[in-house]
Amino acid sequence: MLIFSITLFVLATFLGYELISRVPPLLHTPLMSGANAISGITLVGAVLAAGTGEAGISSTLGFLAVIFATINVVGGFMVTSRMLKMFKKGPR
Amino acid sequence: MDQLIQFSYLLASVSFILGLKFLSSPETAPRGMLLSQGGMFIAVVATLLNYGVVSYGMILSGVIIGAALGAVMATKIKMTDMPQMVALLNGFGGLASALVGAAEFFRSQSNLTAYPMITIALTILIGMVTLTGSLVAFAKLQELMKGAPIIFPFQHGLNFLFFISTLALIGYLAFMPAATPAFWALVAISSLLGILVVIPIGGGDMPVVISLLNSYSGMAAAASGFILNNNVLIISGSLVGSAGIILSQLMCKAMNRSLTNVLFGGFGQVTAAPKTPPVSAGSDGGSKPAVPEAAPEVRSGTPQEAAEFFKKAKSVIIVPGYGMAVAQAQHTVKDLAERLEKQGTEVRYAIHPVAGRMPGHMNVLLAEANVPYDKLIDMDEINDDFEDTDVSLVIGANDVVNPGADTDPESPIYGMPILHVDRSKLVMVLKRSMKPGFAGIENELFYKPNTMMIFGDAKGTVEQMAEALK
Repeated sequence: MLIFSITLFVLATFLGYELISRVPPLLHTPLMSGANAISGITLVGAVLAAGTGEAGISSTLGFLAVIFATINVVGGFMVTSRMLKMFKKGPR
Repeated sequence: MDQLIQFSYLLASVSFILGLKFLSSPETAPRGMLLSQGGMFIAVVATLLNYGVVSYGMILSGVIIGAALGAVMATKIKMTDMPQMVALLNGFGGLASALVGAAEFFRSQSNLTAYPMITIALTILIGMVTLTGSLVAFAKLQELMKGAPIIFPFQHGLNFLFFISTLALIGYLAFMPAATPAFWALVAISSLLGILVVIPIGGGDMPVVISLLNSYSGMAAAASGFILNNNVLIISGSLVGSAGIILSQLMCKAMNRSLTNVLFGGFGQVTAAPKTPPVSAGSDGGSKPAVPEAAPEVRSGTPQEAAEFFKKAKSVIIVPGYGMAVAQAQHTVKDLAERLEKQGTEVRYAIHPVAGRMPGHMNVLLAEANVPYDKLIDMDEINDDFEDTDVSLVIGANDVVNPGADTDPESPIYGMPILHVDRSKLVMVLKRSMKPGFAGIENELFYKPNTMMIFGDAKGTVEQMAEALK
């Protein structure tokens, strides 16, 4: 299981490197906020931690994790599309 | 059911990959982000189907609170303040991952083996460093604290000591997962470490720091994926991790400095004594070697005088810097450019990779002011064109146009790629005063015979220029 996870990690890192090398400097700020939103995928982990139904510190921590991860996802995606909407091509 | 959940995670991963791929052009980018949003939605909904997830009320209320806060932040934030927003989001991402790690720790503490314990501890380390580091970056950008580096004796030694202690704690916890005090010690030291590594870094180096923290927030998500054996977390976390690494590399290259130098250099402290004399030194110019003999004095002009040159200019390149953001001058700059275009002058914008406080900062500001993005030209593409340009207009940029980076081996920024504005027929520099930039480096551009300094608030100056062109 561990080696499988590590394989995924390494391959995805290389893939990310290839993909992001092609993003022009023009879009580096939306890239950062968009990447930020994507790293909010930790919301999946937060949902698992918050949803166990067990009382106690774990689900409280999970609940907080859900809040912060959602800020990341919603805030990140919204601000990214707000920025991308501003980029317009000139009349040619 | 488990197969279905895994399949939805695959869909989400693919949507993120495509989302990043579509960011290669401003035309496809919005579509890509829409796709990624869909992927995120599917992944979260699928997770709710997991048999271990029962308390929907709690999750829903968390999501509602988070979504409300995120939406308010995203709509209220000014484009000039985007670096702060990204810093804060980085921090929250790190915190969320660390919280997931902590929740897992307390849930399964009684039967934790070494491997899951190590993954939890690493998530805590990366997550907390990301959180507190980002908060310091936020405070510096928001000017809640001074942007100048905070340096004290044995700083690196202390940081190293803290880093070693986190590793020791992780090792200890791997064998003794029951040791809750050790866990809290790890949380505390990681938090402290995040603060300590960012305080010695100056305001002008923020593009590197934000990129790096962006990378860490991805790494933290990936680490939490290792805890939960969750593929989509590992894949997306690593994608984001490498995005941040590439951006930090690009930023370092654009400053001709290594990452180590940025992180440990304490660059930007006010120690570098100005080598060239201030404005008044024209009277005894000969004794100051760093000032070019031919141009001991600064030539300054009014916006109205500048406008006369604009009237004759066929081509103009505008070079924006952080000062334009501070003065909120992007809209007035666009007005001036429109006036120039109306009289038949070609206007373009030259963007240095580290202009501003985060990668791409200037592009976003100018796009906000409705400047078409095909007029925003990257440094490498536009640098050869300065020679044939009548007027270069430098607005609130300093170090990125300092010819000393090319000619003066003594200069702290020697070797840094710069925009060659000094090669154009006339350079107008808008500046508040003769004060040097963040690194305390004098700029010989200001003393060149083809340079005209226009002192004052950038926004007001540009307004007057545009007015005079009517």
